[in-house]
Amino acid sequence: MNPQDPIIEFRCVNKWYGEFHVLRDIDLQVARGERIVICGPSGSGKSTLIRCINRLEEHQQGELVVDGKALSDDVKVVEAVRREVGMVFQQFNLFPHLTVLENLTLSPMWVGRIPKAEAEERAMQQLQRVRIAEQAHKYPLQLSGGQQQRVAIARALCLTPKIMLFDEPTSALDPEMINEVLDVMIELAGQGITMICVTHEMGFARSVADRVIFMDQGQIVEQNAPEAFFNNPQRERTRDFLSKILAH
Amino acid sequence: MSTDTFQPIASRPPPESQLGWKAWVRRSFFDGWGNTALTVFTLIALLLVVPPLVQWAVIYAIPDADNDACRAAHGIGACWGVVAEKGRLILFGRFPYEEQWRASLASLALVVLLVLSCLRALWRPALVVAWIGVLSLFFVLMRGGVFGLSPVETARWGGLPLTLLLSTVSLVLAFPLSILLALGRQSHLPAIRTLCVLFIELVRGVPLISVLFMASFILPLFMPQGTTIDVLARVLIGMTLFAAAYLAEVIRGGLQAVPKGQLEAAQSLGLSYWQTQRMIVLPQALRLVVPAMVNTFIGVFKDTSLVTIVSLYDLTGAVQLALGDADWRKFFLEGQLFVAALYFVACFAMSRYSVWLEQHLNTGTRRQ
Repeated sequence: MNPQDPIIEFRCVNKWYGEFHVLRDIDLQVARGERIVICGPSGSGKSTLIRCINRLEEHQQGELVVDGKALSDDVKVVEAVRREVGMVFQQFNLFPHLTVLENLTLSPMWVGRIPKAEAEERAMQQLQRVRIAEQAHKYPLQLSGGQQQRVAIARALCLTPKIMLFDEPTSALDPEMINEVLDVMIELAGQGITMICVTHEMGFARSVADRVIFMDQGQIVEQNAPEAFFNNPQRERTRDFLSKILAH
Repeated sequence: MSTDTFQPIASRPPPESQLGWKAWVRRSFFDGWGNTALTVFTLIALLLVVPPLVQWAVIYAIPDADNDACRAAHGIGACWGVVAEKGRLILFGRFPYEEQWRASLASLALVVLLVLSCLRALWRPALVVAWIGVLSLFFVLMRGGVFGLSPVETARWGGLPLTLLLSTVSLVLAFPLSILLALGRQSHLPAIRTLCVLFIELVRGVPLISVLFMASFILPLFMPQGTTIDVLARVLIGMTLFAAAYLAEVIRGGLQAVPKGQLEAAQSLGLSYWQTQRMIVLPQALRLVVPAMVNTFIGVFKDTSLVTIVSLYDLTGAVQLALGDADWRKFFLEGQLFVAALYFVACFAMSRYSVWLEQHLNTGTRRQ
């Protein structure tokens, strides 16, 4: 595989929920190590777009290639792609019946076939990375929202993925906990991993993203480097959206 | 600029009127007119019912197997002598009298294993081996024919060992089957889903008595000519299928209560379908339905008494057999109470265990 090749490539991807056309002719190339922020109004298809990348959603038309593998119904391909793609959810989705440490070692042990001791050592390293190692033996629901989301990030990192997907990672958090999660994400962004982040944290987009993508009604309306995107939006729809979220 | 520092108010104990047993009694029993009236009414009802009951069951009761004394006390005091006289017949049914130590030993082994299986510390693969071992021991002891034990045909098994065997084996086999049925009912593959729905709706839609009759009389029609299956095996198959259909629906309720996000998180971590079900979905789903599952277990345990219709004498069948004796027929009530007490002890234990298990499994996993 040529390192110059895009790590993710959408070629004219379409998706429908029943009759509803949720993704329309999506063309997108993501370079290795690129950091992308996707924004847009609710229902614009931005979550669906990133959920297609690890096939939590299936696209129905077009081609979607992740790390050289074209996604299809083939379970082997899907499992191989998921091993390279970590995901962080809006609602954390930690496993409440397992301790923090068990949440982190589950996938390395059962998917990565790594011995327990080694998996635990790696898990502790990831927990230190998100500054929460002292909570390793608690259950997720005993932690605050911000702590839970940091555990979720650590869990996604445990399989050493090449790509990290963030689906509105701070939307369910209390305001005073948003920054502790963003700090971890900023730190991660500095380490060369490919990141695609659906978020409305425009400060994060400005300081971290290589590219900001604006979606509306299932389409990519506009994309640009953050400076140009925020200071000089080209499309009327983008200006309208930005004026609404940046008003305060 | 003012030096405004935040001063938290120190925590104080609640007022005197909220503490102590007096406050508790007032709050619990005399909290308003309605509650007070209910308390008084209940006390009067207890005064009317309890003393005569104690007189009959304890004070004027005949504890010995003395038929004349029992006849004299009939209607005034209970004749517990019937239990002393017919106890072994009730407990073991038609199992040969001099071989009943084997039935006792078999039951004891099964009960000990059941109790041990309740302890979470022992939930490990070795427990499966223990089950296979104890069930083999049970069958060897009951059936005989090896190690110099005289053979006893299954049609003569009865009483407590039969009740224990029917309920444990059918539940142990039904449990994994019901998980597969519940998962199958949610499958994306239409063929599997339809099959599971059909099975569950069919079996659940007919009374257990019909299932037992069908298992007993219709099943042999499907077998190759000349082969016969033991009536006990047929009943076990019938009860297993029946319990599985009920349990499957209980478990499906639990599966539906696990948030979709849990599945997505497991998938995004690369876990396969079976890994996801085994490690993420089922542990959460099953602990949600512990009370409903134990409810079904208790139901199946008591439903084993229906096997009398295919001429197997479980506890309830054996007590009717035992009280067929003209001398003791009058004391039917006492015999039935004895059996009812046995059932109650078992069911109450299951119920308490379910409460304990629920609390134990949820430690730490719920927000305090």
